[in-house]
Amino acid sequence: MQVIPVTAVHRGFGTTSRRDSWWVAPLGVFLGLSAFLGYATWAAFQNAHYHFGPYLSPFYSPELWGDSPHAWFGPKPGWWPALLPFSPALLILPFPGGFRFTCYYYRGAYYKAFWADPPSCAVGEPRKSYLGENSLPLIIQNIHRYFLYAAVAFLFMLSYDVWVAMWFDNAATGQKEFGIGVGTLVLLVNVILLTSYTLGCHSMRHLVGGRTDEVSKSPISDACYSCSSALNYKHQLFAWCSLFSVMFADVYVRLCSMGYWTDLRLL
Amino acid sequence: MSQATFSVWRSEPGGAGAFKDYTIEISDGMVVLDAVHKIQAEQAPDLACRWNCKAGKCGSCSAEINGKPRLMCMSRLNSIDLTQPVKVEPMRTFPLIKDLVTDVSWNFRVKKGLKKFKPRAADAADGTWRMQQRDIDRVQEFRKCIECFLCQDVCHVLRDHGKHEEFIGPRFFVYSAALEMHPLDTDDRVPDLKQKDNIGYCNITKCCTKVCPEHIHITDNAIIPLKERVVDRFYDPVTRLLRMIGG
Repeated sequence: MQVIPVTAVHRGFGTTSRRDSWWVAPLGVFLGLSAFLGYATWAAFQNAHYHFGPYLSPFYSPELWGDSPHAWFGPKPGWWPALLPFSPALLILPFPGGFRFTCYYYRGAYYKAFWADPPSCAVGEPRKSYLGENSLPLIIQNIHRYFLYAAVAFLFMLSYDVWVAMWFDNAATGQKEFGIGVGTLVLLVNVILLTSYTLGCHSMRHLVGGRTDEVSKSPISDACYSCSSALNYKHQLFAWCSLFSVMFADVYVRLCSMGYWTDLRLL
Repeated sequence: MSQATFSVWRSEPGGAGAFKDYTIEISDGMVVLDAVHKIQAEQAPDLACRWNCKAGKCGSCSAEINGKPRLMCMSRLNSIDLTQPVKVEPMRTFPLIKDLVTDVSWNFRVKKGLKKFKPRAADAADGTWRMQQRDIDRVQEFRKCIECFLCQDVCHVLRDHGKHEEFIGPRFFVYSAALEMHPLDTDDRVPDLKQKDNIGYCNITKCCTKVCPEHIHITDNAIIPLKERVVDRFYDPVTRLLRMIGG
């Protein structure tokens, strides 16, 4: 690099001249992500109360094998090891989980909140050695775009769930009839927020147009790049909104299934 | 007229330093740089401070005010809590020369080591090029940089880990992005970004973006797109395969 090194000033963990409440944001991220991880893990292992009427919890969608009418391939397969706990959610959650874990926004947020690397801007760190994302293990974060491909596929499946959530059983005729319940809207809002988060992903923005220097040469690419950039501008907002919407959708379906909440039919 | 106290870092070249308090009269519209000038004029004529334009465009008066990297000339006193002494100290990432002045020459040496603009052959017989405004808009943002080096100062890879020999810092990722994404440029900087400039050290904390006085979206528009180009080239087997097939 042909530079003469300079001496950096190393300071202790948490040392800073900042007077604002710099610790509030990382603490909020720590609590928010911990709450989500705790709830999602608990919900994924329940293997119960994940569907109600035409609704399917997004934590369990797509339900490859399971006991609900939404299951693609029927009940729990016979080859499933008896020692392993079974839940349809465990089969699919690694994909959206991996997408969020490797997301550029979340990376920056949890490096600060969980690893204090740094705790906040211009605040001293607890350790002097640093590898960044330059080598193992964090170099694996570069796999993000493959989780993006899976996340896009999930958007189609969750959208299909919203369609299914518009068809209710008519007890009198035994037929399906069109309708909209509060649960339908909960699932719809969840898909909209997840779509806004996924399509505004930095990797998506790169793949649809950012990788070229002359995006104007392809009008389709140009339009996609513009849309993705617009969503990317609010990526942090959509990251949090979609995180809580997917959790709330599961809570809604779960509490309806358990009989604590009554699903209001709007149409 | 009211009074405010400024706790200013004082040091001699090569010597130890300490904060020294100065209480001055302040008036409406003053910025921290005005306060430092007033201290120089009335109480400490030997106080060293680098400045030039007083308009947030030269990038000279970078410092840390109450722990936050900022331009002194753009830090209005009415936006700062004056009930306590205002702490004014030099940028912590660069070697100290005296008081508030640091040696930022490392940045210029880094810049010399980066590949320069290499345009394609002229599009027209008169030696001119044709570009779409849409394409040049993207890199225009990066040209707003005033080289205040606040982003370099706050970057923890340099500030806390001292990777000056291996890592070029956010300012020069913005510079590289301005050239690498330029519609006319033909040079390839992606291998350098990975191997020589070590863009992988950036862990996307966005501190550089937060301190940029020109509001350049350093992380989202420069560093992450460059990281994605590195992924294309070195970590994504599919794009590597497509490149092998497509040439």
